[in-house]
Amino acid sequence: MKLLIKNGHLVDPASGRDEPGDLAIAAGRIVSVGKVSADFRATRTIDATGLVVAPGLVDLAARLREPGHEHEGMLESEMAAAVAGGVTSLVCPPDTDPPLDEPGLVEMLKFRARNLNQSHLYPLGALTRGLAGEVLTEMAELTEAGCVGFSQADVALADTLVLQRALQYASTFGYTVWLRPQDAYLGKGVAASGALATRLGLSGVPVIAETIALHTIFELMRVTGARVHLCRLSSAAGIALVRVAKAEGLPVTCDVSVNQLHLTDMDIGYFNAAMRLTPPLRQQRDRDAIRAALADGTVDALVSDHTPVDEDMKNLPFAEAEPGATGLELLLSLALKWGDEQGCGLVRTLAAVTSEPVRALGEALGSLSSSAGRLIEGGVADVCVFDAKARWTVQPAALKSQGKHSPFAGYELPGRVKYTLVAGHVAYEAG
Amino acid sequence: MTRNPQLNKHGELIHLLSIEGLPRAVLHSILDTAGTFLSVNDREVKKVPLLRGKSVFNLFFENSTRTRTTFEIAAKRLSADVINLDIAKSSAAKGESLLDTIANLSAMHADMFVVRHSESGAPYLIAQHCAPHVHVVNAGDGRHAHPTQGLLDMYTIRHYKQDFTNLTVAIVGDIVHSRVARSDIHALTTLGVPEIRAVGPKTLVPGDLKEMGVRVCHDMIEGIKGADVIIMLRLQNERMSGAMLPSAGEFFKNYGLTQEKLAHAKPDAIVMHPGPINRGVEIDSSVADGKQSVILPQVTFGIAVRMAVMSTIAGNNA
Repeated sequence: MKLLIKNGHLVDPASGRDEPGDLAIAAGRIVSVGKVSADFRATRTIDATGLVVAPGLVDLAARLREPGHEHEGMLESEMAAAVAGGVTSLVCPPDTDPPLDEPGLVEMLKFRARNLNQSHLYPLGALTRGLAGEVLTEMAELTEAGCVGFSQADVALADTLVLQRALQYASTFGYTVWLRPQDAYLGKGVAASGALATRLGLSGVPVIAETIALHTIFELMRVTGARVHLCRLSSAAGIALVRVAKAEGLPVTCDVSVNQLHLTDMDIGYFNAAMRLTPPLRQQRDRDAIRAALADGTVDALVSDHTPVDEDMKNLPFAEAEPGATGLELLLSLALKWGDEQGCGLVRTLAAVTSEPVRALGEALGSLSSSAGRLIEGGVADVCVFDAKARWTVQPAALKSQGKHSPFAGYELPGRVKYTLVAGHVAYEAG
Repeated sequence: MTRNPQLNKHGELIHLLSIEGLPRAVLHSILDTAGTFLSVNDREVKKVPLLRGKSVFNLFFENSTRTRTTFEIAAKRLSADVINLDIAKSSAAKGESLLDTIANLSAMHADMFVVRHSESGAPYLIAQHCAPHVHVVNAGDGRHAHPTQGLLDMYTIRHYKQDFTNLTVAIVGDIVHSRVARSDIHALTTLGVPEIRAVGPKTLVPGDLKEMGVRVCHDMIEGIKGADVIIMLRLQNERMSGAMLPSAGEFFKNYGLTQEKLAHAKPDAIVMHPGPINRGVEIDSSVADGKQSVILPQVTFGIAVRMAVMSTIAGNNA
């Protein structure tokens, strides 16, 4: 299949390209960017007049709920949601049931995903067996099976000695450890500590639950030399610590989720369980710091933190409701909304969901490292074609994901995906 | 933000879920109505027909004999049919979800649910999911709210002190875990009380309580000095020893209300307690039974206030 995308506006954050042009694709690879020679014979031509042609999105946190939670979101529906959202590569955390702590489980997941022939799937292996925080997993075996890093997902590692050993071991082989900084004991509440949690009588998670964990992680990085990716920062104080650690030269990258980028604890309103999220939504000053840090590059990547949750698990009193929200189909629009409001321009906006997350993944992508998240000749043809000006209203029931809970239900958002290409084939086409 | 779910579009009360966000006029109107019911309680035939033919379901997902009984008496004096369901021991124990329980009870043509639940916000979930003609009264949810207790406390204060706008009110004890304290604080601020103090150790009275508009005091004497009203809270058994407090004895030594400490309040200060009291833990018997104590009148007023709440919301349509 030879594909020509004509008359689009090419945006490639990695190279800074931001200009009208064409894109030619053959045998799953990009053959030319910008000017396409007249003798390129396309089997299909897409007219992208008025549309943006960008690298496919790379989402560093998307739960597909397989294995184990098939009733909440099967691989098929969630992969369909990914391409509908323009997401062509996704990293999934190991908190499946059972957790991804054995090569066989990872191979099965990769195999099932490959058969669906949609987005590229990059699993994170469990850092400890069963995520129980006691015994290290076989990291080399898991890496061979396809894991791109190791993570405790949302299960905090209480034992600092085990964390130190895990970082030592991972750094021996150059594996990145993905950690959500949250103290195991201070992090037990259901809403951010503050006026709202106090008024509603919800147990609070203080900011120090994040900063104490960050201090511990940074100290351990200094002695072990491990490379760490920090997942879903939630506080201004946490962001400030990361800024200092980066200035010091520690090998650290980090992400924030679309939820923390746009919402605050005030959105909980009258116990709205759609706002029951992990980490919890914090206050406006935290949100402001997160938005600024994503713009100035202190925060490397924006993630959807996609977590399909069953209806029954949300229709519960706030504290009992399962945390999480659907996000894959909203990632692009919420990035654009932030970019508009922050005034960052399309190149920086898209960098947060394409080239920057790939940089955070580093060597783990292997042969794809040099081309994923970018529009480059010879690179894999993962492309998202979207209308940046179109606006749409979020109606959770209409989403492809089986997760029908979104804190953004009813929001009018910018940006509509028209085509998603994965390795040169049209994986999604707007109806 | 969405509309306050306890008010209809005319601003009338259709559920009582929390005191927060209710206008001062609504609070005074309930207190005024309660005053008229107080005389019903003194009559030989203690009934009025306001809820005749209506079914009130007491849904107690958490045990409480006292609160449930006062709601039952209040509903019966309004001529309602009262059904008591001890959910903690039935449906929930069998694994039925909260909303399934509600759907089943709605099918039995309930007109009002009186709900107690261990999770903050549970009555909101119920109010959102029940039929439009059904009214919900929060009889205590987690740490969040106990609005009828808050209202009966306000009735008591108004009865003894008349005006709210020149009072100093001290609330003493385990405030962080107390739904009564939260409802009292919202009611007192709404009614214009200029000085509300939250008194207790930092584990039970953390600094962020300031954000609710109270003065935080960790010293008992400073906290009750010159107070017109002292509200003592019950210290739950599970907090008496552990990481919150070392022992009940040490708590009593520092924060238990004795005659000696009470002497620092105004001479005509009243002492309140939502009950049941722990003698010798948060309050000394001589104070609980003393002439400044209004703990038993609170119970009497509680029935009239609950009658006022139920008749008010039953008269307003969604």
